[in-house]
Amino acid sequence: MTKPFATVLEASTSLNNKTGSWRTKRPEYVQSASPCNVVCPAGEDIRLWLALVKAGKFYEAWKIITKDNPFPAAMGRICYHTCEKICNRESFDGAVNISAIERSIGDMAIDQAWGFENVTVNSGKNVLVVGGGPSGLAAAYFLRMLGHDVTVYENHLKAGGMMRYGVPRYRLSRCVLDAEIKRIENIGVKIVCQKKITDINAEIDDFDAIYLAMGAHKASQTGVEIKNKPNIIDAVDLFKKVEDDFTNFLNLGNRVFVYGGGNTAIDAARTALRLGASVKIIYRRTIHQMPAHTAEVNEALAEGIEILCLRTISCIDGSKVFVNKMNYDEEYDILTPSGKTEILHADSVIFAIGQSVDVNVLHGAKNIKISEKGTIEIDKNMTTGIPSVFAGGDVVSEKRTVTNAIGHAKKAAGCIDAYLRNTTPPLDIRSEVTNLKKLNVAYFKKSAKITAPEWQNISFEERNISYSKKELMTEASRCFSCGSCFHCDNCYGYCPDNAITKRANGDLEINYNYCKGCGICATECPCGAIKMVSND
Amino acid sequence: MSSSTLSGESSKKNSTIQSRRSRNNSLTSGHRACQGCGEALGARCAIDAAYHAAAGKITVVNATGCLEVFSCSFPENAWNVPWLHSLFGNAAAVATGVAAALHSQGKEDVRVIAQGGDGATGDIGMGCLSGMFDRNDDVLYICYDNQAYMNTGVQRSGTTPPLARTATTVPHKNYAGSDPQTGKNVAQIAMAHEIPYVATASIGNIQDLEKKVSKAINIRGSKYVHVHVPCPLGWGYDTAETIKIARLAIQCGLFPLFEAEYGKLARSTAIEDPISIEDYLKPQKRFAHLFGKNASSESLDILRKIANSNIEKYRLGKTADD
Ligand SMILES: Cc1cc2nc3c(=O)[nH]c(=O)nc-3n(C[C@H](O)[C@H](O)[C@H](O)COP(=O)(O)OP(=O)(O)OC[C@H]3O[C@@H](n4cnc5c(N)ncnc54)[C@H](O)[C@@H]3O)c2cc1C
Ligand SMILES: Cc1ncc(C[n+]2csc(CCOP(=O)(O)OP(=O)(O)O)c2C)c(N)n1
Ligand code: SF4
Ligand SMILES: [Mg+2]
Repeated sequence: MTKPFATVLEASTSLNNKTGSWRTKRPEYVQSASPCNVVCPAGEDIRLWLALVKAGKFYEAWKIITKDNPFPAAMGRICYHTCEKICNRESFDGAVNISAIERSIGDMAIDQAWGFENVTVNSGKNVLVVGGGPSGLAAAYFLRMLGHDVTVYENHLKAGGMMRYGVPRYRLSRCVLDAEIKRIENIGVKIVCQKKITDINAEIDDFDAIYLAMGAHKASQTGVEIKNKPNIIDAVDLFKKVEDDFTNFLNLGNRVFVYGGGNTAIDAARTALRLGASVKIIYRRTIHQMPAHTAEVNEALAEGIEILCLRTISCIDGSKVFVNKMNYDEEYDILTPSGKTEILHADSVIFAIGQSVDVNVLHGAKNIKISEKGTIEIDKNMTTGIPSVFAGGDVVSEKRTVTNAIGHAKKAAGCIDAYLRNTTPPLDIRSEVTNLKKLNVAYFKKSAKITAPEWQNISFEERNISYSKKELMTEASRCFSCGSCFHCDNCYGYCPDNAITKRANGDLEINYNYCKGCGICATECPCGAIKMVSND
Repeated sequence: MSSSTLSGESSKKNSTIQSRRSRNNSLTSGHRACQGCGEALGARCAIDAAYHAAAGKITVVNATGCLEVFSCSFPENAWNVPWLHSLFGNAAAVATGVAAALHSQGKEDVRVIAQGGDGATGDIGMGCLSGMFDRNDDVLYICYDNQAYMNTGVQRSGTTPPLARTATTVPHKNYAGSDPQTGKNVAQIAMAHEIPYVATASIGNIQDLEKKVSKAINIRGSKYVHVHVPCPLGWGYDTAETIKIARLAIQCGLFPLFEAEYGKLARSTAIEDPISIEDYLKPQKRFAHLFGKNASSESLDILRKIANSNIEKYRLGKTADD
């Protein structure tokens, strides 16, 4: 075609002008860790399973939870949920109710008899787990999934450890616990109950590897002087008695004192209350200093349990309890005896002072070291001084929670697997944490979180909590998805240069031919999933 | 202000045209707007919305200014719609002519848009614009308000906020920034013509912007949409903050979002999460002299008064309908 007069250039498009050359910084899609995940000792991918719940994919969510934790229903109930305390949503309008969702998904799995996939690999290796508490059972589960034969030896009548012989049934229904343990047995884990290991050396040759998870069951010593056969029971013994002979209610008398201020003290007090006693807790510091969780303290108070603070017991003489009153200086945080005493009258006193590890079973295993605190020492690969012997849970840690026990189990299983296959143990990879500063909360609407109903009656029955699927989906949708793209399309829609391509499946891609590096996409990303990096 | 994301994810509704693959990209890549230009984004959002609402049958007339200069450096052009440019001050008149031509050809389905900056609209083009309103010509006029003559180097315009520093209003001993003149409220001037539809919008609320343009394009007669488009270069803030600045302007009351029909206020968008004017002004270098050691509270009061009067006049408090 001949050009009209004076026209020298063909009309063309600005697409010829690759403005990407202006860029000094470059946006990149990143996936960084969410705070809930980082803080979870079991390392649950909470963000991912919440997204699945939000989409109504409950089974898929359960599959994701159980990759890291075989006890969702139990943990939804009794885990202390550090994830919720650190949740970025907390300061916005309240943390996502992760525990309620986890519990509901766990219950759904029990109702619908969801099971773990059958193990298809077989390593031909045999692992012994000593102790059928959460750490032992979880390790057995993880190891079995990796193809090893696993046997669990458990001293008690039933497996479950402190989940059964510590946590009372009004907080964790035994049907739920039984179902979640049964599911582990169903994949071929052998659990032998009422079998106490008395000498670990005798087992070393029979197994390719051993995981020690005996927990901490030995009652700690107190300095209390005891005279004239008072009725004293240790909290752990109380729980065991109640549990193993549940139909035959233990008689503690009417006036029961619990000595201690931790969660165990609260559980012991509430258990005694349910056995018909009127209960008072004696604690040496102030109520605000109690190591027990505030929510549990409040529940105990609401049930009518009295808490006598700033008191220590010096002597128990028959039914007389001699108490020293303490003074507390808030400014200097000093506790001193006030010189004032009082005498109380008790039918029973429950000691809930703490438990230590019973290391007797290790007799003769010279290479296994015990720390000053009385716990078993392990290296970064969860190994004791004997290469085939690993340990985790309460036996190694002062941080005594079920998730911690499960987290140890997961890590130990990886290390045991590596040991058995002669490969390198998995590394702890910690990516950058997506804190609140990295989010843009302008895109989230305030919404109230779902809450559990109040306790209605004082019994050994669990509180009946159930949420509809819709409620669960709504609650899960409150998740900010910290550090992971949830396809909000802000970057795509806001780019002034049209430099983001959206694929048919919704995937987004930055077109660096045109991206000028303004950074709007990163600022407007609600969940911190875009990072500006230097362009070279 | 808690707006939902562009896909509507967090509220499960309100998916924007901008979030869809099917958007027209009326202003495409390769244009020469600065990094983070609010005007480029505002224009793409507005014209895409109009394109969508008019089933692709639109024609755009552009005044001189950044938008025109950065989108068309001959022979390259960034527009994916029929587009024409004449002069700085005559976009409204040219658009009127285009509308008349289409009408005489019987092409009533092709919708006509005129667009330009605040200078082109409220200052030099005011005569043509007022004439267009007066005749109620079938044109949608969209003003992209970056509150100064950006293309020629940030000179003050009729919509520059009082006290803002520009190349022609430099802070000095006697005045903290520009002499607090009354300025021009172009949306109110449009309303005074009692045309069928007047609206304000912002790139800080794309849902709302798209809704207003989509509505306006299919109304017969004169329509006016005034879009707030922050300019990182002229206002002096980080290029990544454009949307945030636009959002803050809405939240503090200095940029009210409302609609008017036949000269009467019809609807306004309540401020969901109010902030102080300082939160909006502080990140911008054009207001830097209002803070720091030479600051005077009277200067801030001038701006605060405007925000408060907007909140009252346009009913931006929580009780307004939204
Ligand atoms: C009253 C109470 C309430 C608690 N509440 C909570 C709570 O709400 N949330 C929470 O996260 N944590 C709670 N904890 C802590 C938590 O229960 C423990 O941290 C956790 O159970 C530790 O798991 P583990 O597997 O290491 O040990 P354990 O649970 O103690 O299990 C060890 C198992 O090994 C068995 N065993 C011991 N020695 C031998 C042996 N020689 N041979 C064979 N078997 C043996 C034991 O019988 C036991 O079953 C509570 C603890 C108590 C005491
Ligand atoms: C009659 C006339 N006078 C002056 C100019 C120079 N000029 C070009 S663009 C512009 C300023 C445009 O300001 P505005 O309309 O606010 O648009 P912006 O560039 O800010 O987007 C000026 C003064 C011109 N092109 N024509
Ligand atoms: S000067 Fe401002 S309006 Fe003009 S292109 Fe740059 S950012 Fe956009
Ligand atoms: Mg301008």
